Amino acid sequence: MGHLSYEASIKAVYRGLILLGFVTLIEVFISLLAKGHVIKGAEQYKVILYTAGLVMIGLSLYKAYFIVYDFMHMRYEVKGLAMSVLLPTLLLVWAIIAFFQEGGSWKARRDQIKEKNAEEVDGKTQGGLSLRNDVYVLPEWRG
Amino acid sequence: MATAETVLEHEVHEYDSKDAWSGGKEPFKTSYGKLMMWYFLLSDAFTFAGFLIAYGSLRFSSSTWPVPDFVFSTAPFGIHHAPLIFVTIMSFLLIISSVTMVRAVQEGHRENKNGVVFWMLLTVLGGLGFLSCQAWEWTNLMGAEHMSVTTNPFGTHTSDGVYLEDEHGHAYKEGKKPEAFKARGSYLIHKHENEATGKEEWVQRKVKYSDGTLGVQELGPPAFGALFFFITGFHGFHVLSGVVFLLIIAINSGSGIYAARRNGYEMVEKIGLYWHFVDLVWVFVFLVFYLL
Repeated sequence: MGHLSYEASIKAVYRGLILLGFVTLIEVFISLLAKGHVIKGAEQYKVILYTAGLVMIGLSLYKAYFIVYDFMHMRYEVKGLAMSVLLPTLLLVWAIIAFFQEGGSWKARRDQIKEKNAEEVDGKTQGGLSLRNDVYVLPEWRG
Repeated sequence: MATAETVLEHEVHEYDSKDAWSGGKEPFKTSYGKLMMWYFLLSDAFTFAGFLIAYGSLRFSSSTWPVPDFVFSTAPFGIHHAPLIFVTIMSFLLIISSVTMVRAVQEGHRENKNGVVFWMLLTVLGGLGFLSCQAWEWTNLMGAEHMSVTTNPFGTHTSDGVYLEDEHGHAYKEGKKPEAFKARGSYLIHKHENEATGKEEWVQRKVKYSDGTLGVQELGPPAFGALFFFITGFHGFHVLSGVVFLLIIAINSGSGIYAARRNGYEMVEKIGLYWHFVDLVWVFVFLVFYLL
């Protein structure tokens, strides 16, 4: 792009290769660590799993930033172009968080239904409804 | 009498009414082709994000989900129990081909025809290597492990317990200690030929959970297979079309077409943007499917 000399830009490319390779290896190591392949039993701790997940997401975002800014030369484009590509992408972050939240709530609801289905039915049940002790059922009620 | 103010006003007026709309000015100081490539990649990013969001929300909504380092633990040449190793090699192939692509673009700026062709062909090799690895991965998953778009043989135990049958679905022999399993442990359900009917059948071993209830090994969430084949397939299709376009542009470069063009080797830059994007998407497919 004419911002660096030819020799300097070749050097920068190979530095990029080493950087991306190194970050990828760290990610794989962290993933294996969190799943208990490096230290036995580490997979039983939710804290390790969540921390490792956050670190890997951070490292992947860093790799994405490096590819876009260095390899794709976004660094040398005018600000307007960079913003017109990056700001819509930020909307995706919101969408991703929203949909994961939604997925989590489906699971909570399913678990709740499963739990309710497994509950023992006692004598206070009328027509398939489980009623509280302070609820009086009218005699006409057939359920 | 033209004061400084009126001159300024005049210029602004002219800019608004004529110059900005009369062509010749590049918005964002970049060519039409490169700008449109950026916006195509932006829209493609939304498509991939849609796929990954579907994966994430379905995974979050399921009580069990296949553990990736168990699913992806085989490699060619009979290597088993090597979690994530093969897919790491695939990632490196894409990273290296991205680097050779940057080199091709650099040689394009120097108008070095042979350099452009050489580095582009290396990039093609990287892409083909990646596709070959993916072909092996799919063949293994479909042929040896019987995963399909609708069935997923990879399951996860929800609580501790013991098996009541051996791997072939036969009751344990007298005096043999039954195999135990732990909650969140992974398993793969195999297919065996039924001797009576001659048909392939799933061997779902009978189990006894620690709370005393009986059950069988259940198949995993079926969405996993569909999501895996669609997402990695969509990415693989991008790699394949990238390889085709790289070849076309490498041949064009070699023929000297770009040397005669006013914008020089800009075509190499544009396919470069696309190829880096394919690598960029893999960063996230790798993260979501294999690492997390």
